[in-house]
Amino acid sequence: MLDNSESYVTEDGRTIGGVVMEMKNITLRFGGVVAIQDISFDIREGEIRAIIGPNGAGKSSMLNVISGFYVPQEGEVLFHGKKRPPMRPYEVARQGIARTFQNIALFEGMSVLDNVMTGRLNYMKTGLFSQALWKGKAEAEETENREVVERIIDFLEIQHIRKTPVARLPYGLKKRVELARALAAEPKLLLLDEPMAGMNVEEKEDMSRFILDVNDEFGTTIALIEHDMGVVMDLSDRVVVMDYGKKIGDGTPNEVRNNQDVIDAYLGVSHD
Amino acid sequence: MAQMQTGAQGMQSLPALLQRNAAQFANAPAYREKEFGIWQCWTWSETAKEIEALALGLINLGVKEGDFVAIIGRNRPYLYWSMVAAQAVGAVPVPLYQDAVAEEMAYVLGHCGARFVIVGDQEQADKVIEIQDQLHQFEHMIYLDPRGMRKYDHTQLHQFSHIQDQGRAAHDELIGELNKRQAKLDYDSTCVMLYTSGTTGKPKGVVLSNRNVIQSAKNSAEFDHLTQGENILSYLPMAWVGDFIFSIGQAYWCGFCVNCPESQDTMMTDLREIGPTYFFAPPRVFEGQLTNVMIRMEDAGALKRKMFHHFLAHAKKVGGNILDGKPVGLMDRLKYTLGNVLVYGPLKDTLGYGRIRVGYTAGEAIGPEIFDFYRSLGINLKQLYGQTEATVFITVQPDGEVRADTVGVPAPEVEIKIDDNGEIHYRSPGTFVEYFNNPESTASTKDAEGWVATGDAGFFEEGSGHLRIIDRAKDVGKMADGSMFAPKYVENKLKFYPDILEAVLFGNGRDRCVAFINIDLTAVGNWAERNNIAYASYQELAGHPKVLETIRSHVSAVNKSVAEDPMLSGCQVHRFVVLHKELDADDGEMTRTRKVRRRIVEEKFDDIITALYDGSEKVSTVTEVTYEDGRKGSIKATLTIVDAEVKPAAVHKVAAE
Repeated sequence: MLDNSESYVTEDGRTIGGVVMEMKNITLRFGGVVAIQDISFDIREGEIRAIIGPNGAGKSSMLNVISGFYVPQEGEVLFHGKKRPPMRPYEVARQGIARTFQNIALFEGMSVLDNVMTGRLNYMKTGLFSQALWKGKAEAEETENREVVERIIDFLEIQHIRKTPVARLPYGLKKRVELARALAAEPKLLLLDEPMAGMNVEEKEDMSRFILDVNDEFGTTIALIEHDMGVVMDLSDRVVVMDYGKKIGDGTPNEVRNNQDVIDAYLGVSHD
Repeated sequence: MAQMQTGAQGMQSLPALLQRNAAQFANAPAYREKEFGIWQCWTWSETAKEIEALALGLINLGVKEGDFVAIIGRNRPYLYWSMVAAQAVGAVPVPLYQDAVAEEMAYVLGHCGARFVIVGDQEQADKVIEIQDQLHQFEHMIYLDPRGMRKYDHTQLHQFSHIQDQGRAAHDELIGELNKRQAKLDYDSTCVMLYTSGTTGKPKGVVLSNRNVIQSAKNSAEFDHLTQGENILSYLPMAWVGDFIFSIGQAYWCGFCVNCPESQDTMMTDLREIGPTYFFAPPRVFEGQLTNVMIRMEDAGALKRKMFHHFLAHAKKVGGNILDGKPVGLMDRLKYTLGNVLVYGPLKDTLGYGRIRVGYTAGEAIGPEIFDFYRSLGINLKQLYGQTEATVFITVQPDGEVRADTVGVPAPEVEIKIDDNGEIHYRSPGTFVEYFNNPESTASTKDAEGWVATGDAGFFEEGSGHLRIIDRAKDVGKMADGSMFAPKYVENKLKFYPDILEAVLFGNGRDRCVAFINIDLTAVGNWAERNNIAYASYQELAGHPKVLETIRSHVSAVNKSVAEDPMLSGCQVHRFVVLHKELDADDGEMTRTRKVRRRIVEEKFDDIITALYDGSEKVSTVTEVTYEDGRKGSIKATLTIVDAEVKPAAVHKVAAE
């Protein structure tokens, strides 16, 4: 096991930093249902960390614990070494955590540009009144934020739909717009909930490339949940495997791939 | 123009023209590119500095005189600068088609022995890296967009801006060398080498001298009265001779501004924002825009739709004549002016043609209805005929003498003769120097007196003196009964229907003709949506019985019109199939400029052609396809063969009586 401040080198030669977020013995219950049972793992700076598992394994619940949306009954979430108190969503965002959703949650009637601009809300200081008048400070502020947004639009290659209402876009592009909005917040930690669900092969390849590029270009730490094993194994540096709320594996893709518990969970076990 | 003539002395290379522009038009915009949602602009004096820095950087990197520098990427100012910088250091720029797959690039890079490659982004860099083991002379690659390139091994790899920085840093040591090399350039130095896509065989490297490029640019600019104030949108492949002449030759000669779109997908929006005054597009762009307009008008309110069709009908009647300066009645003129305010003006703005003075289409035949549509709106759209070996211009249409079925009169300083077989030959200042490392092809194309065979068959129309093209000379054949087989003639008629994207006619040496048809997914897809026809894929839509019925009616209508021509009535389509896949350059079925490679299609779909002739009603086939990243797969399909109505050759009978 690595020390919290120690760094390690990935299979493709990148150096990963110390622990950003640590889950310690997390247990989450909904009434009598135990969604997560005594799970511990960490997320390190600059890595792509995947959480995988079959349906109902508790992956999305885990992501919601990381994002602070669920508060576990037992265990601790340490962010940069400090215990994190229960927080409101905007407080989470201010800490530098952004996410995308399994079911796209965009403002359908607004243009792509406006949607992505909402990701900058935390950086806007001027009030409603001066923004409505759009004079002086408010104007300068918008220009500044627009520049950041335009770089992200360029990065994700969605220039051609800049002014298109989101409702008119196909599914794959909506997913990309959601990623753009999350990136607009310039997060330190990016949480992706099934970024490739419902995509065809080409869209998946595109999305994989964008995730790798985000990680490489901005140094963003990424935690993602994904069903598609092939994608996960190619993309991530370390993988946590969950089944029925328990952690059954944790390590590099190769380690996880050869883990007997993981193979059993995915392929089933014969009981004779 | 006086200004230019005084400058003409000593203007014998692109770097010399650049220096003149930087002095005379220092603060006028030379390049614009939309990036991060804003049009970034470089003036001529800024451009000169950027190119100088790059040229110094190239010398610093070890580029020698006579080296070949390949340039691959979408239209960006930096890549245009690269071409001029390469020439400035005495090297030869070789632009490549950016959508070419790695093996195609391997051939071209190997053939010219490029030591240096400048690429736009990671995608292009990956292709070059993939094939670099096959390239013995390759040494260094320079990339523009650093995205995703961080992890690459940088021993042979350099970022564009770093090369420029190194050039600036080494300014004092290397500027003498750069000036010395620039001073050596004259009219006979090689300006650029362009690989022709070639409908047959391997691509050939066409060497064009400064004389070819600058003389052609000068003559054509004078012909159309182009000025320093023009704006053009550069979006056509940089490896294509047309783009080189418009975006570099004419731009440097006149000093006008070259605008580069943000990305390939934003071209239409960028076109509207720039509102070019001088525009060039292949017919498919105009066709696509017209189809879009018509589709969107169907969604408009009843009043708007009525107004649109009413005024369009009026424009059709008098618009072309007004543009040609022919007499038109006062009332008609007034109504046209009203139409201009209500319909034509806003429509032209939407299309991006609000400021256009001269527009050209070439490369393929354009449908007369499409052509007339744009002209009736008051857009001065013209046709020209040319090829790489001529540095574009062979014939052009002068203002006021524009028609859909001819390609105009010989361009300034171009001589044309037509040989006994009907093949067109020309001689001009733009006539290419040679095919690189290929004296046999050079000799068989260009004779000792400088006449070049075009490979196209055509004739001069009596009276007007305009040239008409029939077909590629080698494609014109004979049917079994000895009558003429001119596939392009029929294919073009078919392609003028918006539903039909591509058509290929077969029948050389046979007793009757059959055809392959590709549907246009935009037009047919829209039609399917309106008629509640569900489809899951291109293949399914292409095979839908109702689609086949519609295409059949188009084919029958074409047959009727073909039957009216006594010479070509034998070319009617007896049977056809709607293909299950689009003909694609990645599969080798088309050239990169989207011309059908007839022989390859014929070989590849041999089973379908057999079925078309042996009378079967269906044919099952497996086709290999190449994906964009070069991987291969295959698709299976069962195609329905459709019989079309054939008209008796009416004129033959009349002649017989």
